[in-house]
Amino acid sequence: MGSDALLFYIFAGAAVLGALLVVTQKNPVYSVLALIASFFGLSGLYVLLEAPFVAVVQIIIYAGAIMVLFLFTVMLLNVPREDAAEWDRAHPLYRPMAVRIGGALAILLALELGWALSRTAGLGGGVADEHPAVSSVAELGRVLFTDYMFAFEVTSILIIVAMVGAVVLAKKREE
Amino acid sequence: MAEIIAWVTSPEFIVYASIVGVVFGGLQISAAVMVYAERKVAAFMQQRLGPMRVGPYGLLQPVADILKLFFKEELRPKAADAFLFTLAPIISVATAYVAFAPVPFGAPTTLFGLLDEPMALQVSDVNVAVLVIFAVASMGVYGIVLAGWASNSKYSLLGGLRSSAQMISYELAYGMSLATVVMFSGSMSLREIVDLQQGYWFGVIPKWYIFIQPIAFFVFACAGIAETNRAPFDFPEAEQELVAGYHTEYSSMRFAMFFMAEYINMVTVSAVAVNLFLGGWHGPFIPPEYGWLWFLIKLAFLLFCYLWLRWTLPRFRYDQLMSFGWKVLLPVATVNLLLTAAGVLYFGL
Repeated sequence: MGSDALLFYIFAGAAVLGALLVVTQKNPVYSVLALIASFFGLSGLYVLLEAPFVAVVQIIIYAGAIMVLFLFTVMLLNVPREDAAEWDRAHPLYRPMAVRIGGALAILLALELGWALSRTAGLGGGVADEHPAVSSVAELGRVLFTDYMFAFEVTSILIIVAMVGAVVLAKKREE
Repeated sequence: MAEIIAWVTSPEFIVYASIVGVVFGGLQISAAVMVYAERKVAAFMQQRLGPMRVGPYGLLQPVADILKLFFKEELRPKAADAFLFTLAPIISVATAYVAFAPVPFGAPTTLFGLLDEPMALQVSDVNVAVLVIFAVASMGVYGIVLAGWASNSKYSLLGGLRSSAQMISYELAYGMSLATVVMFSGSMSLREIVDLQQGYWFGVIPKWYIFIQPIAFFVFACAGIAETNRAPFDFPEAEQELVAGYHTEYSSMRFAMFFMAEYINMVTVSAVAVNLFLGGWHGPFIPPEYGWLWFLIKLAFLLFCYLWLRWTLPRFRYDQLMSFGWKVLLPVATVNLLLTAAGVLYFGL
């Protein structure tokens, strides 16, 4: 096993373990922290794929900016710990219908994962060989503002709409 | 196993490990020196002598402080979250150390002919160094927020929340000023940015970016002080309102780790400022082989400015801090960025 493969398993393991902890933790603050750990694992995978820019941006935007706001909100709301006793009866996810739908979705996800795994030929090299755009910041910027111009602009409009919507919702109603 | 031993004993590894050791030890020593310098500068500004008892001119005061902190009792509030309470100072101090990794502090050197090939005075030369520093700095806020939350105390929580609000606000301006320099130099590697600042205009004025981008430097300095939670932006630990802010409940070495993180962050921000705006290790009179001396001189000056500001300016009010960040610093940085972009595009600056 090469050092790249070893590192892949470490980072992938961290990402999966973090994601599992997000849903299994009872304390929401721990869930937020587990999600950050998961993002770090993903960022490590990006480095292995020879895309350092994407890796760093992953940390700045997701682990840095967005998760700080998550943590902020969770702390301010002071969400209580999820209680095991309530889970037994009252929780909506316990209803038979919810269990059936959830089960069906889980089977579908497993099938898709199996299909995707059957099509990959194992661990490949860095994406930089096929897509040099990912590894160089200048090239990434050029591609973003030429080939993917439309998608880029539409995304930014979407974000502005979301921001305006949030401001409208948060504004006090004058009557 | 044999491979690993061969790798560990290879000259490259030894050189690399010693660089890591120098940076690690240097940062630790700089924290101790800063504690002493802070007390002495404060004393001189208030016409006192400062620490004088331990060693000549109180020079051994940091040693005494560290020993005292080691032997103090580790206290933890009963209702505190034990795991996060321990984790928070570790996050703080670890991010402070990691942030220095991509910072170069001298031209490649052969150590006075000791080595065959010149080695870089830098832990790792990442080609997105500017972004890495920014990313790691934005991680530091978790240490403070979690400390505030895990202590389960009102003062700590308020300190932690204030800190996160402040850091989020000032990170934007910080990033904008970094982007301006990146755009102007056309590189994200600190080493390349430093080398672009070589030479002089008219043979006198050094080609440092501070003279071309004074606004970016001003924004960077303000945001840097706010990021490191120093006066006049030291709200997270405003003594008069919040006791000691996020580290109210901390004692002994856990407290010392927050303290160390604060000083190391100051060193890192200053080192980045030296590289981005003050020409790094380039300067007159000293031969390039000893460029790191210039780096240390500039670094020491910026660190002195930190202390100077702290003991000169009173603290802002919290709402003033927020409106300054959002309504002054961010617009100024944005306009400066756009002007620089226009300059680079149309005049090829």
